[in-house]
Amino acid sequence: MLRLPPFEYLPARTVADAVKYVADRGADAMLVAGGTDLYPNMKRRQFEPKALIGLRGIRELRGVRGDARTGVTIGAMTVLSDLADHPTLLDHYAGVATAAGLVSSPQLRRMGTIGGNVCVDTRCNYYNQTYSWRKAIGFCMKKDGDTCLVAPGSPRCWAVSSSDTAPALWSLGARVRLVGPAGERTIRFSTLYRDDGIDYLAKQPDEILTDILLPPADGWRSAYLKLRRRGSFDFPVLGVAVAARMDGDVVREARIVLGAVASTPREADRAAAALVGERVTPEVITRVADLAAGPSKPLDNTDFTHPYRKKVTRVFVARALRKIAGLPESGASTAEIG
Amino acid sequence: MKTRLSLCVNGETHDVLVPVHKTLLEVLREDLDLTGTKHGCELGECGTCTVLVDGVPVLSCLALPAELEGTEIVTVEGMARGGELHPLQQAFAELGAAQCGYCTPGVLLTAQALLAETPVPTREQIREALAGNLCRCTGYTKILDAVELAALRTSAAGAAGGRS
Ligand SMILES: Cc1cc2nc3c(=O)[nH]c(=O)nc-3n(C[C@H](O)[C@H](O)[C@H](O)COP(=O)(O)OP(=O)(O)OC[C@H]3O[C@@H](n4cnc5c(N)ncnc54)[C@H](O)[C@@H]3O)c2cc1C
Ligand code: SF4
Ligand code: FES
Ligand code: FES
Repeated sequence: MLRLPPFEYLPARTVADAVKYVADRGADAMLVAGGTDLYPNMKRRQFEPKALIGLRGIRELRGVRGDARTGVTIGAMTVLSDLADHPTLLDHYAGVATAAGLVSSPQLRRMGTIGGNVCVDTRCNYYNQTYSWRKAIGFCMKKDGDTCLVAPGSPRCWAVSSSDTAPALWSLGARVRLVGPAGERTIRFSTLYRDDGIDYLAKQPDEILTDILLPPADGWRSAYLKLRRRGSFDFPVLGVAVAARMDGDVVREARIVLGAVASTPREADRAAAALVGERVTPEVITRVADLAAGPSKPLDNTDFTHPYRKKVTRVFVARALRKIAGLPESGASTAEIG
Repeated sequence: MKTRLSLCVNGETHDVLVPVHKTLLEVLREDLDLTGTKHGCELGECGTCTVLVDGVPVLSCLALPAELEGTEIVTVEGMARGGELHPLQQAFAELGAAQCGYCTPGVLLTAQALLAETPVPTREQIREALAGNLCRCTGYTKILDAVELAALRTSAAGAAGGRS
């Protein structure tokens, strides 16, 4: 059997408890929310913390508060299934509800939290393997080794940012509240991540993500599309989040954020800029979709070939834009890709 | 280091002394001898280890017993009433919805949770609810048929004032 390595379990009842445990135990300890990302990794010996600080007992971190007019606060321990069918999110922050509903499988969405999803480990075909598999092929620098097996000679790790909700939240201008021994701060999604497969989070290890803050909906519309081999279970090998603030049928502001194309969610800002001031016509859609494929530079370390994933970026951006503009879905997917 | 835990499984309280890093799947099978819950991938990728925690389908291979004190856990052993099979089990047996049977405990419990929420689900709702349970044998059609049959029977029995 694949068993967890031994650890001490420290159940936190309040955020203050968790902060204290983090401060006391330092690098020996890790936080655990739903455990759906961390436990498989621990079973494969990607992490062997001496202690786990359990966040499940912290009631104040659960639930969705606020409304579309004033903005919405999502507690980090809210499970994904509660977001996928939340009426306010479905009506006003559709990209986020869609992304939460497309994560893994029904069981995992009831166990996995939004905080854990935002902090989910980066992935790579050479990393998400058991200890004996990794040992047999030769360890890589993300864990236990010193080279990269995808890009030998590379000084860095290229493991892929694989959160479904992060691109959607980023596209809607969300921020995260972080609480640690040094106090509290609120930062934008665009500054939460680093383009590094190993140190992929810019938050300090002792900072606890407590809430996600969505700004007032204020005319923003959003959509999220996900590429994966099976319709269930699989992580995204491409995620496309598009958000636009509409004034009638003219776009006033826009953000396009791509998931699973780098070690961080990646903003396609030139493409988004090309939308501003425009009506979402078929010509504009084609131009924006072409521009968005530019920053999509997937590597050959997840499922499907990377040129295919890059091509689908264009198709998904076009589909997301049609969805936001209320245009009929186009069935000509192969022509679009070709 | 071992911890003493009190777990309510299938309506019975069990006091166990287990290392805190043992998963619910391991405790059920190895400490409580409830081997109806199967271990497949042990990584959250197959659904065969599904049990109900307070009525919600949960993957026991990724659940820590230390976090489950005070909850009600139901395994496949808790489905039948005395000698009488649960209507889902009856329908699965009649329609041949189990072949090797390895996925069956997880599928049955996931379906039981669905029917508790949605007594007569559509085919699509059944498909969606079972999207986290892999089956390598049946091709799923008979599983979907059996859940539909059990739903029809229990709702008809409920409407006629029979046992629910
Ligand atoms: C088979 C399978 C398929 C999956 N498919 C997908 C998928 O399609 N898309 C996807 O996005 N994910 C997927 N996942 C990963 C995972 O289930 C989800 O990302 C889930 O939301 C993680 O949440 P969690 O609460 O279980 O996190 P945990 O496993 O508890 O934590 C994950 C990481 O985040 C840290 N963390 C958790 N909460 C906090 C917090 N509040 N503050 C600071 N750090 C924190 C933990 O220390 C850990 O490093 C899949 C997992 C499995 C096993
Ligand atoms: S990208 Fe390279 S270093 Fe990073 S996990 Fe994959 S093989 Fe390892
Ligand atoms: S054994 Fe738990 S999901 Fe496969
Ligand atoms: S009956 Fe064999 S796996 Fe489903």
